[in-house]
Amino acid sequence: MTDDRRTTDDRRATDDRRTTGTDTPRRPGGPGSGAGLDARLVVERGSFRLDVALTAAPGDVVALLGPNGAGKTTALRALAGLVPLSGGHLRLDGAELDRTPPESRPVGVVFQDYLLFPHLSALDNVAFGPRCRGVRKAEARAQAAVWLDRMGLAEHAAAKPRRLSGGQAQRVALARALATHPRLLLLDEPLAALDARTRLDVRAQLRRHLADFEAVALLVTHDPLDAMVLADRLVVMENGRVVQEGTPSHIARHPRTDYIAQLVGLNLYRGRAEGHTVRLEDGPEITTTEDLTGPVFVAFPPGAVTLHRQRPGGSSARNVWRCEVAGLETHGDQIRADLTGELPLAADLTTVAAAELDLRPGPTVWATVKAAQTHASRA
Amino acid sequence: MTPLGRAGAADRPRTGGPRRRRVRGTAPLPLLLPALIGLVFLVLPLLALLLRAPWRSMPDLLTSSEVWQALRLSLVCATAATAVSLVIGVPLAWLLARVEFPGRGLVRALVTLPLVLPPVVGGVALLMALGRNGVVGRWLDSWFGITLPFTTTGVVLAEAFVAMPFLVISVEGTLRAADPRYEEAATTLGASRFTAFRRVTLPLVAPGIAAGAVLAWARALGEFGATITFAGNFPGRTQTMPLAVYLALQNDPQAAVALSLVLLAVSIAVLAGLRDRWMTAS
Amino acid sequence: MTRSARRTRRILRATGAGAAALLALSACSSSGAHSSGTSDASASGAASDKVSGEVTVFAAASLKEGFTTLGKEFEKEHPGTKVTFSFGGSDSLAAGITGGAPADVFASASAKTMKTVTDQGDAVGAPVTFVRNRLEIATLPGNPDRLSSLKDLTRSGLKVVLCAKTVPCGAAAQKALDAGGLKLTPASYEEDVKSALNKVVLKEADAALVYRTDVKAAGGKVEGVEFPESAEAVNDYPIARLKNAKNPAAATAFIALVRSAEGRKALGEAGFLSP
Repeated sequence: MTDDRRTTDDRRATDDRRTTGTDTPRRPGGPGSGAGLDARLVVERGSFRLDVALTAAPGDVVALLGPNGAGKTTALRALAGLVPLSGGHLRLDGAELDRTPPESRPVGVVFQDYLLFPHLSALDNVAFGPRCRGVRKAEARAQAAVWLDRMGLAEHAAAKPRRLSGGQAQRVALARALATHPRLLLLDEPLAALDARTRLDVRAQLRRHLADFEAVALLVTHDPLDAMVLADRLVVMENGRVVQEGTPSHIARHPRTDYIAQLVGLNLYRGRAEGHTVRLEDGPEITTTEDLTGPVFVAFPPGAVTLHRQRPGGSSARNVWRCEVAGLETHGDQIRADLTGELPLAADLTTVAAAELDLRPGPTVWATVKAAQTHASRA
Repeated sequence: MTPLGRAGAADRPRTGGPRRRRVRGTAPLPLLLPALIGLVFLVLPLLALLLRAPWRSMPDLLTSSEVWQALRLSLVCATAATAVSLVIGVPLAWLLARVEFPGRGLVRALVTLPLVLPPVVGGVALLMALGRNGVVGRWLDSWFGITLPFTTTGVVLAEAFVAMPFLVISVEGTLRAADPRYEEAATTLGASRFTAFRRVTLPLVAPGIAAGAVLAWARALGEFGATITFAGNFPGRTQTMPLAVYLALQNDPQAAVALSLVLLAVSIAVLAGLRDRWMTAS
Repeated sequence: MTRSARRTRRILRATGAGAAALLALSACSSSGAHSSGTSDASASGAASDKVSGEVTVFAAASLKEGFTTLGKEFEKEHPGTKVTFSFGGSDSLAAGITGGAPADVFASASAKTMKTVTDQGDAVGAPVTFVRNRLEIATLPGNPDRLSSLKDLTRSGLKVVLCAKTVPCGAAAQKALDAGGLKLTPASYEEDVKSALNKVVLKEADAALVYRTDVKAAGGKVEGVEFPESAEAVNDYPIARLKNAKNPAAATAFIALVRSAEGRKALGEAGFLSP
């Protein structure tokens, strides 16, 4: 499988390892600017201690990513006011929320299994928030109808939650949360309750809705693909702490820990598909096995990338890009190469292979990926 | 990586999930035998009552105004006692199920105490608390001129005292089984804790409340000891069916049997009606 | 005496009583009582010196105090015997007896109730009246409402409780009221005389029509007021041996004790009148 033209420079690669400690939030959202989220959440519960700082500007979609028990959901519940803070602070659009009870926070939550009120119709579920905030019944229902319509659920307005499919229920839950016009939208594992096929579809819809959302959206997920597709910034958590923060592609190419390298090992691109060809926004094309039209995501793991010193001639791979090695990082017995050029990407190779290729920052390499190892899904 | 799916097919309705199947085929004997014995044990005395009933004198009894008076009073008082139990018992159940406070176990034990207390003792206890000379009753009397013993209100209180624990226990169980996260979801939508309770929790546990209310109603309808002790026995005012039955038993056991049958028939009619109406609705 | 020793003795006594009961049972079939060995010459009644075993007495609730005293007396006079009482409403007791409850003696608070037992053929011989009882007004100690006659009970605002008409004290009260030409609407018709009395003891009612014996038994908790109309409603208390008696000898001996001078004295102390 691996290429034969690799050379040795293990040390070099090690020397060049990035120190990613300087990763900073992409956008400002600090105390000075006012708008958006500025929080340091400290929650102590027995031996567990959560201590995370989160900032986000309006329009941001932030994903809290981490393994089970990392404290993601606790952080989300603390933001919603369902768990009291043991310390830190919480400001949203400049207003202190630390002591505000959940019902008074301009925060909307989409719960993991949606928690649609089973005794109310989809419409009344969505109208519940406005009703609680003092809107008259008829008016609240009219607003709810608009939201459901926006979610493409107008015909299901009268349906009780148990009559809705998973995807429909998810959209009702989203509409319900949005109907209160929150300044912070929290989504707890928004896709976890869906089966694999529904998931892709719902993810694409959710992405559009989140893109339209003008305030801060924060989602909690353990699925890196969901996080990378849905969010423009990832916050990776382990044991109640933030271990890395940055854009999905940055984290994919510069994972700070072995765990992150394993977790966020994905090259992800957005483009427009025409049949088996996906044209990326700036330039190159990727050939995939899926037959799609319109905006899509294409993803492949770093392990699917093969590097060559010379442009491969007879390679069966349809995807060939010219790249430069920007950095090398060792993770266990793997080396992750950060490549720039035609297509910025991350590639994993064994230390032996890297040595054989004489891989070091600077020189040009050729990266190939088989169409069968890419994966495209509608955006 | 997950394979891509077709949009339409992906959105499968999840209405049913795996449907629960009834147990079919033969029931195992170690279960069937005691079950049948249990059934016979419960039904046999009732059957005996039917067999020995003075069917000939039934028409006379059923047209007697005193019987109707007692029956009407029984139904009114049992319903009122159930209403009282609902108004104060459901919040109590909520408190026990949802709020952590020191001594909760003790409070729960206290609430269930009337279940084990002989009803006559319950009646005496009520007299000592709410009687004309009772701990609280004496103030009710001297401040508001309210005396509860020997009144229909007294009957309702005595029945509620005995019946409410059934409701509280039943509702608390349902509340414990209900997902508290629905209340959380409601608060994130701007509902106060009370609104969340009223608009979300209450409808969710409605079947449990209904079951508890039916249990309490049935218990109140058959209440005898606490009622006769606390409220006395006066036709039309405090003489409910069980009291009429008991007193008839003193010198006319046949009439007592007939009266019991009337009470049984009415309660079966009401319970069956309720069951069809809203117990099966959920 | 140590506790364990006392317990041992109690167990011995209990087993002894059980054995005696068994003996008595076998004695029944072989016609003629078996002496348990310790014959006590000081026994007063007739046919009493060959009595042993357990005797079960069903008695009207109002007899509780008097009969309990007599029961102890009986056991003292006839060592090896044990008197077991079941006190209750006469009607419930009668219903029990006709339903087959195991009893040797039945002492009823009314002739009418006794009649239901004799009509069923459950009694041996004709019942005899051994005491009488009459009604009294029971009121709060010190008689705060200054009640002096039956008519005073009809005063408005006064809370009076009567027994239900279906129980003997209720029937007697009705008779007395009829005799006085009075109409009385009570606060409640109580299920038996003790609960009527208790309503006064607990100060829930101002007055109740109960038996003298009940007033007496309540000690200082109520005050009794006699009234002439009570003469019209005197209750006869009949006593009879029962057909199903397992210990007829002891039953006869107990009835004899009740009817003796000693028995009258004890019952008189409890407030009963001689027949």
